[in-house]
Amino acid sequence: MPRTLAEKIWDEHVIRHEADGPDLLHIDFHLVHEVSSPQAFDGLRLSGRKVRRTDLTIATEDHNVPTLNITETIADPISRAQIEALRANTKEFGIVLHPLGDRDQGIVHVIGPELGITQPGMTIVCGDSHTATHGAFGALAFGIGTSQVEHVLATQTLPQDRPKMMAVTVNGSLPDGVTAKDLVLNLIAHAGVGGGQGYIVEYRGQAIEELSMEGRMTVCNMSIEWGAKAGLVAPDQKTFDYLKGRQFAPSGAEWDKAVAHWKTLATEPGATFDKEIVLDASVMTPFVTWGTNPGQGVPLSGEVPRPEDFSNEQERAAAQKALAYMDLTPGTRMKDISVDTVFIGSCTNSRIEDLRSAAAVLTGQKISPGMRLLVVPGSVRVRLEAEAEGLDKVFIEAGGEWRGAGCSMCLGMNPDQLAPGERCASTSNRNFEGRQGKGGRTHLVSPQVAAATAITGRLTAPADLSSLTHA
Amino acid sequence: MPLRQGGVDTDQILPSKFLKLITRTGFEDALFADWRTDPTFVFNNPSYAGASILVAGPNFGIGSSREHAVWALMDYGFKVVVSSQFADIFRGNAGNAGLVAIDVDQKVIDRLLDAVEADPQLAVTVDLEACEISAGDIRSPFHIDDHTRARLLAGLDDIEITLTNVSEIEEFEAKRPSWRPSIHA
Ligand code: SF4
Repeated sequence: MPRTLAEKIWDEHVIRHEADGPDLLHIDFHLVHEVSSPQAFDGLRLSGRKVRRTDLTIATEDHNVPTLNITETIADPISRAQIEALRANTKEFGIVLHPLGDRDQGIVHVIGPELGITQPGMTIVCGDSHTATHGAFGALAFGIGTSQVEHVLATQTLPQDRPKMMAVTVNGSLPDGVTAKDLVLNLIAHAGVGGGQGYIVEYRGQAIEELSMEGRMTVCNMSIEWGAKAGLVAPDQKTFDYLKGRQFAPSGAEWDKAVAHWKTLATEPGATFDKEIVLDASVMTPFVTWGTNPGQGVPLSGEVPRPEDFSNEQERAAAQKALAYMDLTPGTRMKDISVDTVFIGSCTNSRIEDLRSAAAVLTGQKISPGMRLLVVPGSVRVRLEAEAEGLDKVFIEAGGEWRGAGCSMCLGMNPDQLAPGERCASTSNRNFEGRQGKGGRTHLVSPQVAAATAITGRLTAPADLSSLTHA
Repeated sequence: MPLRQGGVDTDQILPSKFLKLITRTGFEDALFADWRTDPTFVFNNPSYAGASILVAGPNFGIGSSREHAVWALMDYGFKVVVSSQFADIFRGNAGNAGLVAIDVDQKVIDRLLDAVEADPQLAVTVDLEACEISAGDIRSPFHIDDHTRARLLAGLDDIEITLTNVSEIEEFEAKRPSWRPSIHA
């Protein structure tokens, strides 16, 4: 029977199949960070177990780390304790760690691909819900909880029920100025935050093929935001070109063998999906969220919706609550919403291409008076690459802050946070209440929209800037 | 405890500032910490003190994979969460940590919410053997997968079960293609 990409990867990793229970899957690689691991290491110690495959496990520090003064001791004692726990645990169990200050430190989903660890056809897990990011390479990658982290550490396997398969086919090409982030925000608004529940999703179609690897990572990254277990894209020449020469990518004859295998992975003609969503990229426009979940979004050219517009009672109640939290009036034009802070970063949009596109908008410009602009590269390597290209200077000269690598303002665990009531245009992935700091208000946007917004102080598309200057 | 809202995300169940703890317990005060600052939030209603079953709106547990959200619910005293739809990772975490997460039809949820709001003392019973939830004159079967149910009833250790297959794991590992990444090679 013809099979999908995800089915092939799944089948290739089944160690043991049970008719009436979950499949036992081999895990090709396990990424570890400080937040979801301490209790897992405790569990191993309590039961006297070891890490089965330290060669298939790597750790980094990202969620808690400050992005300023990174050579000083971490000021918050609880954050410091968590970082220190990871350092002690990785040492005790023999796991390679890229700590703060290391050249390979960064957000776990940025460093995996960068090191060439993320490769097509693999199973990859991490105690983090944005693990689907790695699916951009045609890997089956998904987030797990701490008990499962312990399971993978101890066994390099995971019992898993086979999910259903969904295709998201995006036909046509994205218009100029419309990005991977806009595409995925469009999709989530269309499908709803629970629309992908129970599915592994394959993103395909012309618009997906035309995306860069960074763009594909942005799309796959947000799979969890509409409930999907994993999201992936068939590997192609772009994937191979990105990987070639990276530290842990195969080389020589091994490379040829690997590529030959990777080319067999694509979904076969005639393979069936349990569900398909078809979208047209050519009609998409810059997209932005107005509410407190990633599905509450509208075109940037649109307005804050009225709760009465929702037919479903749950959605109406959710909209009412979200509008109150966000302090927005129905009918307000999105472009009239003023913003206090712009955050460019997170595992969704902190790669070199994201920074380049934001810098292109900000070159020779100044940010609006009183605006706080924070630009946080996803990894130390991205930071160095950006600095080599002079992007840091563009951000600083525009009036922004250029920081060290980490999750930063994506979540309120480190010093970069919103104050209560502060409104932020953010390139991250979650606009939940309090996500960026208690009482903070988040609008999810693309890096280009973020940059343009920093200039005007209101939600703005780059295209509006040129019409402003030409006028 | 009735929690009408749908789409409750794990950043609300356990705000991220509490993710810094490195223990597995001690999260009871962190549960819904931000929402609990609102005096009208249902958790501040003394009639529901000591509740061990949480009846919630659809899409419960979306967002972050933090298992801490499950631990916080358990530390607070919940043994069961009932919803018409759970986020996948939350459901998996619940099963692994020993919190019973059961799916019932939204119509039943609506009736349960109405009933428990009308009478906070109403006893709700979840029978894991019979897969049935009941409260007053409401009686409904619920869904939980057999494997999770068996493990919850028997209290089995997943890692122990997996390790009974260690020879199969070894055989599989021996066949892993040499070009796949390994960081000590
Ligand atoms: S950047 Fe944000 S979403 Fe990504 S891993 Fe860090 S905290 Fe999670």
